[in-house]
Amino acid sequence: MTDTAWIDLALVSARPHAMGALLRYFRNLDMAEEAFQEACIRALTAWPKSGPPRDPAAWLIFVGRNSGIDKVRRQARETVLPPEELLSDLEDRESELADRLDGSHYRDDILRLLFVCSNPALPATQQIALALRVVSGLSVRQIARAFLVSEAAMEQRITRAKARVAAAGIPFETPDAADRAERLAAVATMIYLVFNEGYSAMNGPEGVSADLCDEAIRLARLLLRLFPAEPEIMGLTALLLLQHSRARARFDAHGAIVLLEDQDRRLWNRGMITEALAMIDKAMRHRRPGPYQVQAAIAALHARAERPELTDWEEIDLLYQTLERLQPSPVVTLNRAVAVSKRKGAEAALALVDPLGERLSGYFYYHGLRGALLKQMGRVCEARVAFDRAISLATNAAEAAYIRTQLDHLAAETDLAEEKQ
Amino acid sequence: MLYAVLCYNDESVTSAWSKEEDDKVMRDLTAVQRKYVEAGKLGPVARLLPTTAATTLRHAAGETIVIDGPFAETKEQLLGFYLIDCGSLDEALDFARELSAANPSAGSYEIRPLSLFKPGELPS
Repeated sequence: MTDTAWIDLALVSARPHAMGALLRYFRNLDMAEEAFQEACIRALTAWPKSGPPRDPAAWLIFVGRNSGIDKVRRQARETVLPPEELLSDLEDRESELADRLDGSHYRDDILRLLFVCSNPALPATQQIALALRVVSGLSVRQIARAFLVSEAAMEQRITRAKARVAAAGIPFETPDAADRAERLAAVATMIYLVFNEGYSAMNGPEGVSADLCDEAIRLARLLLRLFPAEPEIMGLTALLLLQHSRARARFDAHGAIVLLEDQDRRLWNRGMITEALAMIDKAMRHRRPGPYQVQAAIAALHARAERPELTDWEEIDLLYQTLERLQPSPVVTLNRAVAVSKRKGAEAALALVDPLGERLSGYFYYHGLRGALLKQMGRVCEARVAFDRAISLATNAAEAAYIRTQLDHLAAETDLAEEKQ
Repeated sequence: MLYAVLCYNDESVTSAWSKEEDDKVMRDLTAVQRKYVEAGKLGPVARLLPTTAATTLRHAAGETIVIDGPFAETKEQLLGFYLIDCGSLDEALDFARELSAANPSAGSYEIRPLSLFKPGELPS
């Protein structure tokens, strides 16, 4: 690590605290961001000389707020309208700062900040983009790269999101218990979306999006530190850690997809798995199961199996049934079909899969799984049709390449059968 | 005299290290440890999982309550620690409960799973 690398790390980790407090103060995302940037610039000159402050977030809030106020005052002299009403509680600056040193105060600030980004008025892609910009501080270029769009397009998307948030108005009061539960759920979904964005983009050009997965895990841990007794947040964190623990095993040297059962389990990140298992253990004690906990429990059963044949498919099937009750969706049923195929064979699984056709006809995995089941049952022609359909729906090259391999296998098998005749 | 060296740092920073950064830190720390292991001066070394994985058993007014997270009160100080091999969190909590029953004063037992343990040996 270089001499100033610690400053970068400290700035990144203090960002949600500081941005949350500055947003509450200025009530405007752009002003809060500018103030934070200014504070960071001052930190870069001050900290190497004075060493890190005891509480970097409090330092950044204090400096950022003062620079923001200076700026508003300068503009006030230059413009006609007094912008004082943009600011709240200017007078008791010192006591405000003391307030913010209190962890519980940070907590509401960060939750508010995350909540602003997961504003239901925004489409999911804008929520993610805004969170990555505002909460995580990723550059527009980095975000554009992760989303595989141009920088200009991403800039526009973020600007539009900010305008929408401003138009929708931001609730600044401290949320009550019911509100908070609702906000937490919205924020958890947003973190999950950030992770998925990274997870699925990883199928694309190499290394583009492992960062997004790391960032989502960082945000989930942050949320859990703020709300240490929320079993669903434990479940979410565990789920993300378990998914990400397999990152190095998911693709072979040529970038082709390696299915779970074929992965080299020595490449799984044991540290992440241990942490996730400890988290699920804790969550279960609350006896308040939710969708994230159940999904994490399923992922944990895979992680616990030293070899694929040791996987507890029966328990996985049961957990998917629980998930179907908690969060009914054809995709959940599709996933359960995989467990059913392992327990009872392809025919039983196909019986579960076929009725989903109407709702999942445009879904890559539906046709992929159907093709695999039909192939197992020796229904070659139908398998080929299903795989062809899957290829046309693949969202990236790795998915398409995987299905092409399946088609090649089918062709080879058919040739072999013909030769024998 | 034996000394305990307890490691403190900002967890939001250390848990945001990339795998490469983390591996480098651990490699460099191991290099420091090696010298002391060879001299027979270093005992067990442990790394804890993040505080989000912690559970606390608090003992107050004759009752024990279990809470999530590290919630030792700031007026409490770290006085010692145990390492125990348990199959589950519940088993670890049972152990902490027995400890708190044997210890008449109020206080907390924080249960933090380990991510790394090197036994080490000291000359007796």
